[in-house]
Amino acid sequence: MDTSITLTVDGRRHDVVVDTRTTLLDALRERLAVTSAKKGCDHGQCGSCTVLLEGRRHLTCLTLAVAHDGDEIVTAAGVSALEGGAGDDAPTSLHPLQEAFLAHDGLQCGYCTPGQVCSAIGMLDEAKQGHPSHVTDDLEESVDPADLDDDEVRERMSGNLCRCGAYGGIVDAIREVAGGAPREGQPDRPAQPEREAAR
Amino acid sequence: MTVQQARPVPNRAVGIASERVDGREKVTGLATYAAEHRDLQLDDPLHAWMVTSTIARGRVLRVDASAALALPGVERVLDHENAPRAASTDDRELAVLQDDRVGFRGQIVALVLAETPEAAREGARLVSVHYDAEPATVTLDAAGEDDFYAPEQVNAGHETDLEQGDVEAGLAGAAVRVEGRYSTPAEHNSPMEPHAATARWDGSVLTMYDSTQAVHAVAATLAPILGLEQSQLRVLAPYVGGGFGSKGLPHAPEVAAAMAAMAVEGRPVKLVVTRQQMFALTGYRPETISHVRIGAEPDGRIVALEHAAIGGTSRIKEYAEQTATAARMMYAGEHRRTTHRVAALDVAVPSWMRAPGEMPGMFALEVALDELAEACGVDPVDLRVRNEPELDPETGNPYNDRRLVECLQRGAERFGWADRPTSPQAIVDGDWWVGTGVASATYPTLWMPGNTARITADEDGRYGVAIGAVDIGTGARTVLAQIAADALDVDVASIDLAIGDTDLPAATVAGGSAGTGSWGTAIVQAAQQFRADHGDTPDPGVQTTGTAESYPDSVGHALHSFGATFAEVRVHRWTGELRVTRLLGVYSVGRVINPTTARSQFLGGLIMGLSGALFEESVRDSRFGHVVTQDLATYHVASHADVRGLEVDWLDEEDHLATPMGSRGVGEIGIVGTAAAIANAAHHATGVRVRDLPLTADLFLDVPPLP
Ligand code: FES
Ligand code: FES
Repeated sequence: MDTSITLTVDGRRHDVVVDTRTTLLDALRERLAVTSAKKGCDHGQCGSCTVLLEGRRHLTCLTLAVAHDGDEIVTAAGVSALEGGAGDDAPTSLHPLQEAFLAHDGLQCGYCTPGQVCSAIGMLDEAKQGHPSHVTDDLEESVDPADLDDDEVRERMSGNLCRCGAYGGIVDAIREVAGGAPREGQPDRPAQPEREAAR
Repeated sequence: MTVQQARPVPNRAVGIASERVDGREKVTGLATYAAEHRDLQLDDPLHAWMVTSTIARGRVLRVDASAALALPGVERVLDHENAPRAASTDDRELAVLQDDRVGFRGQIVALVLAETPEAAREGARLVSVHYDAEPATVTLDAAGEDDFYAPEQVNAGHETDLEQGDVEAGLAGAAVRVEGRYSTPAEHNSPMEPHAATARWDGSVLTMYDSTQAVHAVAATLAPILGLEQSQLRVLAPYVGGGFGSKGLPHAPEVAAAMAAMAVEGRPVKLVVTRQQMFALTGYRPETISHVRIGAEPDGRIVALEHAAIGGTSRIKEYAEQTATAARMMYAGEHRRTTHRVAALDVAVPSWMRAPGEMPGMFALEVALDELAEACGVDPVDLRVRNEPELDPETGNPYNDRRLVECLQRGAERFGWADRPTSPQAIVDGDWWVGTGVASATYPTLWMPGNTARITADEDGRYGVAIGAVDIGTGARTVLAQIAADALDVDVASIDLAIGDTDLPAATVAGGSAGTGSWGTAIVQAAQQFRADHGDTPDPGVQTTGTAESYPDSVGHALHSFGATFAEVRVHRWTGELRVTRLLGVYSVGRVINPTTARSQFLGGLIMGLSGALFEESVRDSRFGHVVTQDLATYHVASHADVRGLEVDWLDEEDHLATPMGSRGVGEIGIVGTAAAIANAAHHATGVRVRDLPLTADLFLDVPPLP
C-alpha cells in the first residue's frame, strides 16, 4: 500500500510516496536518491545507515518510513550545516569531524564512513547531555565530551562496524573534535616528515 | 625509442604521507557505490531479488511463480527454464539459472524483478520452489578418507606437494620434535558494502556498475557466458566498499544481474546481495586443517618440517587454499614436505579472502614455532632468528631483500620483549592473566603482467593518466597519482587520474597485494615512453599508451615481504574472556608509497587478524549445509571496542627488484601471523595452548595452575 509522507533531508523538504513496508533507509536511498546513508546489513547490525533523526543518531534500516512523516533527517552530506559545521551547504564545506576523519585517515573504502560520522556527532551530543555508557564508572557524575577517553569513545561507537579497520583513526578524529587529551599509549609511527619536493 | 621495461624512478611524491584524495566524497557519503548510480540511463531500475535454494544438493522440479507474478509491482520471475541461455556453462558457479541442478544450499534458483525493492522482496518470498533433494556431504567431518584428493595445483598456481630431502628420516633423527593439528574455520570476507550491480542492456552494449576489485576481469569473464564480445561489456567501479578478495572474481550475482538486464532490454536492473545471501554467494575462506611436524636440534634449529594441509572445496567448482606454501619458504631446514588435499563438498564455492594460504597456514606454522621454542627452551624471537635461511629453501634463489630478522628485532625492542618472563602464567593483574606472544608474517611479492596505462598531455602542464585499476579502499586513487607524478617528473597536483572503468586501458585485479605494484609499473613505463616520444614540453593532446608485460629485474629472485607481529593479551581468570591490549606489526615491504594509506592498510590487516583470532567463524549446519552465522550479529567481526593499543612500523627501504617504484604490496601482510601472535600470547598468559581458531572464552575456563 502506498502512502504519502513528508521528510526533510539535509534541509530540503520532500513529499514522497512510500510503500508502507518501505524502511526509512530505502525511502532515502531508493525513493529520494539520498545515498549518503549506506546499507550494510539492513538489519540493525552494522551502523552504516546511521543518520541524525530529529537530532539523534538513528539506524534507518530498522524503522519504517511511514512512522516518520514530518521528521527531520540529517545525513553525512548535510552535517556541515549543523552547529559547529561550516554553516553552508556547499559540497566543499565539511563538518569539523569530517575534517578530522580526513586528517587521521579514519576511513578506507568509505562505505561505513557516513554512518560513523553521523554516529559520532550524535554520540558526542549524547555525552554532552550526560548520557552514561556501559563503561562509564560513575553514573551520577556528569559526562563531558572532552573527558571521554578512548574506551568511552570505543564503547559508544561500537554499533558502527568498519571492516576496513579504520577504528584507530576514527577514535583519534572524534577525540580531537571532542577536545579531549590526545590518545593514551604510544603513538603509532608518525607520518614521515614531508620531504622537500625539490624541483 | 621504445621503452621495453620500466626503469626505476627517483622518489619525490612517492614516500610522502598525503591525505586520501577521495576522502571528501567518502566522509560526506557523496561517493557513489554500485547500487547508487543514476547516470548512464540507470535511473528508475527494476529491482532484482534472488530466490536461493533450500537444499544442498539435488534438482529443482518446479518453480511456481504464480503468486509472485500476481503481486502488484512484480514484472518478471526468471528461473532455469525461462532465463536467457548462457553461451557457456563451463564455470558451474557462474552458470546461473541454466539447468535444474542444485550444488549447494543458497544457490540462485530464481530471480524476481519488480518495480520496487519491497515488491521484489515480497515476490521472492512468494516464489515456491519444489525440489528433489539428494543426500549431501557438507562438512569435512562427514567426508570419508577417500573423498580427499590432491588437486592439480592449489590457489595462485602453486604446486600441490613439494618434497625435499627425507622428512621421515629427519624427524626420526631429530633431538626435539613437536607435532600438532591446527585448524582455522571457514571465514567470510564481509565487506561493509554488500556485493551489488546495476546493469542495463541496450541491445548492443551491457553497461554495469559493479562492486568489484577488477573491472576488466569482470568483463572478460562474463562476456563468453553472456555470448558477447568483451567490447560489448562496459564495467565501472568508481567506488567499492571493500572486498578483501571476495570481489576479486565475479560471482553468481553479477551474472544474474547481467542476465536480468538482457532479459528486459532497455530497462536497468539493480541487484543487491543481502547480507545473509553473501554467506553463500560471494566466496569465503574455506576451513583448513593443518598437521605440522617439526624436528629440530636442541638449540631450535629446524632439521625437518612437514606441513600437511587439508580443506574443503565445492563440488561444483574447485578452489584449493594454498595453506602450506608459506612453510616452503619461511625457515631453514634440510628436510621438508608440504602437501595439500581437499574434499569436494556440497557447499558454496570458496574463494579468495585476504592472504589466502598465508593467513591459515602461518597460523599453524607460527603456533608450531612457539611450541618448538617452548620445547627447546629458546626465546621465540631467537628461535626465528636461528632459522633464517640463506637462500629461499623452495627455489634455491636468493631473496630480494629478506629482512625478517630486522623486523623481529625492531619489534622486540619497541614492544619491550626483553622484559618478558619466560614461563607462562607468570603475570597476574587482578582478575586477569597477562601474556605476550610473537609471530612472523610474510607475503609473496606478486606482479601481474598485461597492465596498460595511457598518458595524455593536457593544457597548462597537466597530465591525464588512465588505467582501469580499482580503489577498493586501499588508496589506489591516491598513490597511483603519486607514482605518475614521479614518473613524469611533475607535481602530484598536475595529475588527473582516471580509474575504475573498462573504457580505460586494461588493468588486473586489486588483489594479491599486487595492484599498486603492477598498475604502477605500467604507469611508469607509459610515462617513460611518453617522455621518450614527446619530450618534456609536449603539445597538449599528445598521448602514449604503454603495456607492462614484464618486470624482469625480479627474475631469479625469491620475492617476498616480511614482518613481525607482537601481541599482548589479557585473559580473564574467571570468565575466560580474552582481550588483545596491544598489537604491534613491523613490516619490510619495500618503499612505502604513501605512509598514510599504507599505515591504514597495515592496521586494517592487523584488525582483521585480531578479528579472526577472537571472533570469526562461519558455522556450517551439518544437516542442511548453509552457514548458520549468516549475519553480522552472529558472524562477529571486530568492532571499535575490540581494538586498542595498535601500532605499526616499517623499515625504510627500496626494492627495485620488485617494482620501478621500489615498492612491494601492503594489503595482505598485516593479517598474516596476527592470529598466531595472539594465540601464542594467550598461551603465555594462561599456559593453555590453543591450536584452533577462534580463541573463544570457553577455552580458558578451568585453567589448571602450572606446577
Ligand atoms: S544497514 Fe542499518 S544497521 Fe546495517
Ligand atoms: S572504511 Fe571501509 S568499512 Fe569502514
